[in-house]
Amino acid sequence: MSGIAIAFWVLATIAVVSSLLVILGRNPVASVLFLVVSFFCLAGLFVTLHAHFLAAIQVLVYAGAIMVLFLFVLMLLNLGTPQWFDFAGTPTKVVALVLGVGFVGALVGAGVGDFTPSARGPAAGIPPDVLGSTEAIGTALYSSFFLPFLATALILLVAMVGAVVLARRER
Amino acid sequence: MSEIGVGHYLTLSAILFAIGAVGVLTRKNAIIVFMAIEIMLNAANLAFVTFATSIGDLAGMVMVLIVIAVAAAEAAVGLAIIVAMFRHRETVNVGSFSTMRG
Repeated sequence: MSGIAIAFWVLATIAVVSSLLVILGRNPVASVLFLVVSFFCLAGLFVTLHAHFLAAIQVLVYAGAIMVLFLFVLMLLNLGTPQWFDFAGTPTKVVALVLGVGFVGALVGAGVGDFTPSARGPAAGIPPDVLGSTEAIGTALYSSFFLPFLATALILLVAMVGAVVLARRER
Repeated sequence: MSEIGVGHYLTLSAILFAIGAVGVLTRKNAIIVFMAIEIMLNAANLAFVTFATSIGDLAGMVMVLIVIAVAAAEAAVGLAIIVAMFRHRETVNVGSFSTMRG
């Protein structure tokens, strides 16, 4: 096995197991910490795909900012202990499990596992190393994807104002 | 088995998405439902990056950046809503937030 293959199997296993622990664990704080583990594994998988910039952003934004927000709210609302209402009833669980397994089964049955797309994008000739670099993504953001980039900035501004308004105590 | 291809990444993405979907359906703690949604977003991101590198198109990478930004916005607003709801009801059980049911 090559290094990439070993990295893939290790990271994929940890990602799946920690994601399962997020949704199966009783303690919300433990769930948040397992979610961080899962996000780190995803960042590692991005590196194996040569998307170094996105891996860094994943760690900074997800594992850094969003997870701190989650932990902060858990602590603020004093929800760190398991709650009596946490899990849905058995019928819901069975239906959800059937749907989840059915989803994966349908995709794998449709041949996702053997899927091999041909390189035909606008940058098809560029090696993946260069494609995932900060320079390439930055150039794309400030040229062909400038409008979506500005829209994203606007979304963040609106979300910030909205969060402040929503969390404000009424008097 | 030893060669890792696009299919492996896509299968992993499908599995993670299913785990997130099952979490959304089975958990009643609003914060854990949010975490399950983040797992689903990440699964989609993995598929985006996989396709971006395999077909050589930067649009997938840019899309991942936008998804991460939207996830951050969604987490901020969603958690603010949870805090506001908790002030009213003293619980984060999604089953008790049913006043807007049609």
